[in-house]
Amino acid sequence: MKHFNRVYLILIFGILYIPIITLIFFSFNSANSTAVFEGFSLRWYRELFSSPDTFEALRNTLILAISAATLSTVIGTAAAAGIYRMKSKLAKNAINSVTNIPMMNPDIVTGMSMMLFFVALVGILSIDYESIGFTAMLIAHTTFCLPYVILSVLPRVEDLGKSLTEAALDLGCTPIQSFFKVELPNILPGVISGFTMAFTLSLDDFVISYFVGSSNFQTLPLLIYSMTKKKVTPDMYALSTLIIITVFIFLVVSNVKSGKARRKESHK
Amino acid sequence: MKKKSIMHSIAAAPHIFWAALFIILPLIIVIFYAFTDAEGNFSFENILGLSEYGNIFLLSIELSVIATFICLLVGYPLAYIIAKADAKKQKFFIMLLMLPMWTNLLIRTYSIMAILDDGGFLNNLLNTELHIIGTKGAVIFGMVYDFLPYMVLPIYTCISKIPKNMWEAASDLGCSPIRVLTKVIFPLSMSGVISGVTMVFVPSISTFYISQKLGGGTFELIGDTIERQFVSSALNTGAAISFVMMILILISISVMNKFSDPDDGGIII
Repeated sequence: MKHFNRVYLILIFGILYIPIITLIFFSFNSANSTAVFEGFSLRWYRELFSSPDTFEALRNTLILAISAATLSTVIGTAAAAGIYRMKSKLAKNAINSVTNIPMMNPDIVTGMSMMLFFVALVGILSIDYESIGFTAMLIAHTTFCLPYVILSVLPRVEDLGKSLTEAALDLGCTPIQSFFKVELPNILPGVISGFTMAFTLSLDDFVISYFVGSSNFQTLPLLIYSMTKKKVTPDMYALSTLIIITVFIFLVVSNVKSGKARRKESHK
Repeated sequence: MKKKSIMHSIAAAPHIFWAALFIILPLIIVIFYAFTDAEGNFSFENILGLSEYGNIFLLSIELSVIATFICLLVGYPLAYIIAKADAKKQKFFIMLLMLPMWTNLLIRTYSIMAILDDGGFLNNLLNTELHIIGTKGAVIFGMVYDFLPYMVLPIYTCISKIPKNMWEAASDLGCSPIRVLTKVIFPLSMSGVISGVTMVFVPSISTFYISQKLGGGTFELIGDTIERQFVSSALNTGAAISFVMMILILISISVMNKFSDPDDGGIII
C-alpha cells in the first residue's frame, strides 16, 4: 500500500509539473521555438525587459489588484459586521445569496453581465468606453472579490460575538471608536486573509478582465493572452517563468512564516 | 439598545448598494438583452434561436461531465493519501498543489498545447507524429489538468477534519480498510466532494481558452460561442446564451447542494 501511494503521488505531481517545468526550460532557449532546444540564452528575458508593454501591464495589474483588494476589504469588512447584527434572518439570507452570485456564476457570465452594464452606462452618459477603462475594471474586480472577503471576515465576527462591542459602547465609545478599537483588532486575521485572497484573485483574473477591459488598460493576464495569439512565444514563456517564480517564493515564505507562528503558539 | 444595532447594521449599507448596482442590475441587463433585438424591441428570437446551439450545449456538458468525473476519480485518492500522510509532508504536498493553482490558467493551458502540438515538444522528443491537439481527449485532459487542484483541496480539507477515532472505531468493529473507506470516510467527506465537483464543473463547462488552444479550432463549446458573440458584438445572442447557461448552472448547483450537509458544506478556498 505504501508503495502504491508513493507511485501515485509521483505520477500525479509529475504530470502536474511537467508542463510548468518545460515552460521554464524553454524560456531559456536561444532559438525561436518552444519545441526544439538549441542552447541556453537570456534572449527572451532581454526582449521582455526591453518592451514597455511588460512594465505597463505589470504596473496596471498591481495598481488594479491593490485598489480592488483595498476597496473590497473595506466594503466587505463593514458588510460582515453589519450583516452579523441584522435582526431579520430573511434579510441576512437574501444579502448572502446575492453576494454569492459572482462566486457561483461562471466567470464568463459575470464578465458578460458587467460588460453589458458598462455598455449601457456608457450609452446613457454618451461617453467613450475607453474613458472608463480603469474604473470599469476596478468595479468589476471589486465585485467578484467581495464575496471572498465577506466569507473570510464573517466567521471572525461571529466568533467575537456582540458582548465586547456592546461593553465598549456602554463605556462611552462611539460606534466608530468601538469598531476600530475593539472589533477590528479582533477580526484582523480574517480581514488580512480576505485582503490577500482578493489581491491574488484580482492578479490572476483573465476572463472578467477580458470582457470588461478596454484596449487602453492592459493587465498581465491580458498581455499573456495577446502573446499566446502568436505562433511562437518564448517571450511569453519568459514572462510566465518570472510569474511562477514569484508565486513560488511567495508560497514558500508564507508557509515558513505560518509554520513559525504555529511553533510559537505551541510553545506557549 | 435597538438604536445601536440599527447603527451597526448600517455598516452593511455600502455593500447592499454595491451589490444592487453591480450584481443585480447587470444581471437584469443580461435578461433585457436576451429578450430584445438589436433595436431594443422585445423579442423571443434570441432564446428561440438557441436551438441552433443545442449540439454545442450537449458537447460542453459531455466534456465537462467527463472531466469532472476523471478529476474526482484521480483527485479523491490523492486527497486521501495526502490527508493520511504525516503533518510535515501534508504541508509540502498542499504547497505543491497550490503552485499550479496560482499559476495563471492561460500559462498552464498554453504550455500543455506546446507540448502536445503536432510539431511540439513531445513529438520532437519521441520523434513521432502523434496528432493529439484537436481531439476531445486533449480538451478533457486540459480541463482535468487545469482544475484538478480545485477537486483535491476541498476533499483533503474534509478528510483531514474527520477525527482519528472514527477510523479506529470502524476498524475495531471489524471493518476492512476498504470498508472503512466506503462506509465511513467517503460519506463523511461528501461535502468536500460536492464542493470539489462544483468547483471543477463550473469552470469546465464555461471555458473558452482551453477549447480554443487544445481543441485546435475543430470544435466549439458554449464558452467559445459566448466569446465569439462578444468579439463580433452580437451582444443580444451572447446575452441569451449566458442567461441560459446561468440558469443551467444555478439549477445544477442547487441540486448538488441538496446532497450536502448545509452546516458543513461550502468549503471555499
